[in-house]
Amino acid sequence: MISVRDLRVTFPVGRTVVEAVRGVDLDIAAGECVALVGESGSGKSVTARTLVGLAGRGATVSTSRFEIDGKDVRGYGERDWKRLRGSFAGLVLQDALVSLDPLRTVGAEIGEVLRIHKAPGDVVSLLSAVHVPEPSRRAKQYPHQLSGGLRQRALIASAIAAGPPLLIADEPTTALDVTVQAQILDLLAERRAAGETLLLISHDLAVVSRLADRVLVMKDGRVIESGDTASLLAAPAHPYTRELVRAVPSAASRGRRLSSTAVPDSVALDAEGPPEGAADSVVIRAEGLRKTYGRHTVVDGVDLVVRRGEIVGLVGESGSGKTTVAQLVFGLVPPTSGTVAFEGAPWTGLKERRRRPRRRRLQFISQDPLSAFDPRWTVRRIVGEALAGKSGAVPLLERVGLSADVLDRYPRQLSGGQRQRVAIARALAPRPSLIICDEPVSALDVSVQAQVLDLLADIRATDGTALLFISHDLGVVHHLADRVLVMRDGSVVESGPIDDVFHHPQHEYTRALLDAVPTLEVSQR
Amino acid sequence: MTIALDRPLPVRIRRPRGVGVALAGAFLAFAVAAAALPGLFAGDPLAADPRHVLEAPSAAHWFGTDQLGRDVFDRVVHGARHSLTIGIAATLVAAGLGVLLGLLAGLSHKYADEALSRGFDALAAFPLLLLALLFVAVAGPGTMGLIVAIGIATLPHYARVVRSQTFVVRQAGYVTQAVAFGDSRPRLVLRHVLPNVIGPIPVLAVIGLGEAILAAAGLSFLGMGPQPPSPEWGAMLSEGRGYLSIAWWTSILPGVVVTLVVISLTVVGRRLHRRFEGRTA
Repeated sequence: MISVRDLRVTFPVGRTVVEAVRGVDLDIAAGECVALVGESGSGKSVTARTLVGLAGRGATVSTSRFEIDGKDVRGYGERDWKRLRGSFAGLVLQDALVSLDPLRTVGAEIGEVLRIHKAPGDVVSLLSAVHVPEPSRRAKQYPHQLSGGLRQRALIASAIAAGPPLLIADEPTTALDVTVQAQILDLLAERRAAGETLLLISHDLAVVSRLADRVLVMKDGRVIESGDTASLLAAPAHPYTRELVRAVPSAASRGRRLSSTAVPDSVALDAEGPPEGAADSVVIRAEGLRKTYGRHTVVDGVDLVVRRGEIVGLVGESGSGKTTVAQLVFGLVPPTSGTVAFEGAPWTGLKERRRRPRRRRLQFISQDPLSAFDPRWTVRRIVGEALAGKSGAVPLLERVGLSADVLDRYPRQLSGGQRQRVAIARALAPRPSLIICDEPVSALDVSVQAQVLDLLADIRATDGTALLFISHDLGVVHHLADRVLVMRDGSVVESGPIDDVFHHPQHEYTRALLDAVPTLEVSQR
Repeated sequence: MTIALDRPLPVRIRRPRGVGVALAGAFLAFAVAAAALPGLFAGDPLAADPRHVLEAPSAAHWFGTDQLGRDVFDRVVHGARHSLTIGIAATLVAAGLGVLLGLLAGLSHKYADEALSRGFDALAAFPLLLLALLFVAVAGPGTMGLIVAIGIATLPHYARVVRSQTFVVRQAGYVTQAVAFGDSRPRLVLRHVLPNVIGPIPVLAVIGLGEAILAAAGLSFLGMGPQPPSPEWGAMLSEGRGYLSIAWWTSILPGVVVTLVVISLTVVGRRLHRRFEGRTA
């Protein structure tokens, strides 16, 4: 169906040229599902877009062979591509809210595709083909009125409207909750079973293992390894692929390191015991936490205990109230009712002035480390401030796997992984007894995520710092946490030791969540 | 072979930028020098010479003389001190009060913010000159009166920008982090909020300065500024108005100078604005 040899794509950046794709060979046969896997910057998206003539502004594409359905498309101009695109391939992108026109109804959007390509079929039957409930009502709605899952379905409907034989899905489930992700993956599997060819682009090996026949692993613009999914994931030949497979956190990876980086010398910061009166090992105890905004109850009766040196996972889908729990525990917003005690002393209901002396023992790491740093401050100043005049910035940075050369850089000049390390270093500086981590690895690539998770595990082991670890990713939580609380609609539906909850879930919602998680079904080594 | 799948980037036409900005900057530098050391460039602005009344521009009197035989060029040069002082002082008052009130509105609770914001709206709803006239009526004419009047009338520009920036910054992760490190509220505001909200203010102030100078000249023209025989630009326009048909230079040339100063400030301000935008993007 598609045959490409030695595909190269370059972009001008300033005065220089960046090579995004450096010699990719790719064949897609009708009816198969091929996956491009790689981390950010590997060139997987550019490769996929180039296949439909959307390499991007200013891009230069060179290739020794580029055939679509046996036709040489190398000389194609914009007009030829336009004709080919909708009828030959449909494109589904990560964020349906951006891909769909906010000023048009979903029905108008899909209807336009039908009209342009003079395709048979109608909007309502397309929407029902992608299992949108009440399709005729939904067709009259705007993208922002739909949930993330429905939006993604609507986007798929518009992509398949003209009946293209090929569907290109670029990270189609990355922004979705795990149960919704499972539904979208089912839908894609269904399209495949119906004879559609699928090109899947993903960073998530588990998602890929569920759908793809063949996998191409990309790194730095090249395909470093390819083969059929099962055997490639079971026995990866290339060291990078091995590292990727190894880096996926899951139940099976508990207690082992995810990254291959050397264990840093455990330069334990001189231990500082809990303050007087905290003989009890409970660091934080929340009872009956409730938070309402107007008539809307966001958190409804949550009890939570974190003990010294313990990692407690808090999982749930978006809107379950897990981040609000973090804010309540942190003391950023006051609870409507309920109490939090920190290190055995009351924490909620206190004036901020009275909390301030104890503030430094409770730290917070957010998903987006960039916004967590004052943009005018260098790493030196950020860490120096956190150390409150004490020396030791360099050992602290080394502890989190950074060298002294980052000291004079601004956070925006660092990579995502480095930034999150600086955030962890800052949180560690005052030797807190608890760090609240709100989705700390969600924005990171798998291999960087692995390093950060390893780092967090090390910190717990050497310092005895407790972590309240909030995540939507059950694999990450199962890898790291000792105990887990499963939240839904503001309440904890199930809690307990991690293996009990995840291996023998009692509540049906927990079961549904766990069933929805795509797992990498290969022997972990 | 190579195929271009998309149109190549359009070749950017480089026009010689910077010439206008350089000219504007040089003119402003001269104006500032004139304001600082007028004696260096011109003679006594008050020296009347009844033998040379309403003489046209010549080598001896570049800008001609006025109805009392005073050299118009000398008066324009000395007038720079009055006009620039009023403009700069009024802008400082406006920016200072604007930042303070904007920060206050951005940090306070719903009702206080509402009250302050509606106050800014009310100030911004009136034409600048009208509002300034009102304040001069209260504060009294003269240099101080003009500074206060123009300062208050132009404060919403700054206050609104600072208020909306404050809303963004107070939500930022680094403010949460400062709370986590036990920073007190004043410390938090001074160390994190204030420095991150005032970024656009200097650029706004350069553009605002032109407006303030124009307003000052306008009010002086109406007799609300420094009183005669002080060589203020607006006042000179007003005095020369009566002789416009026989001695155009007495009012037109000071007017040209005011116009050039304001245009120069706008040119420089816009250039700074563009550079500043580039940095935050």
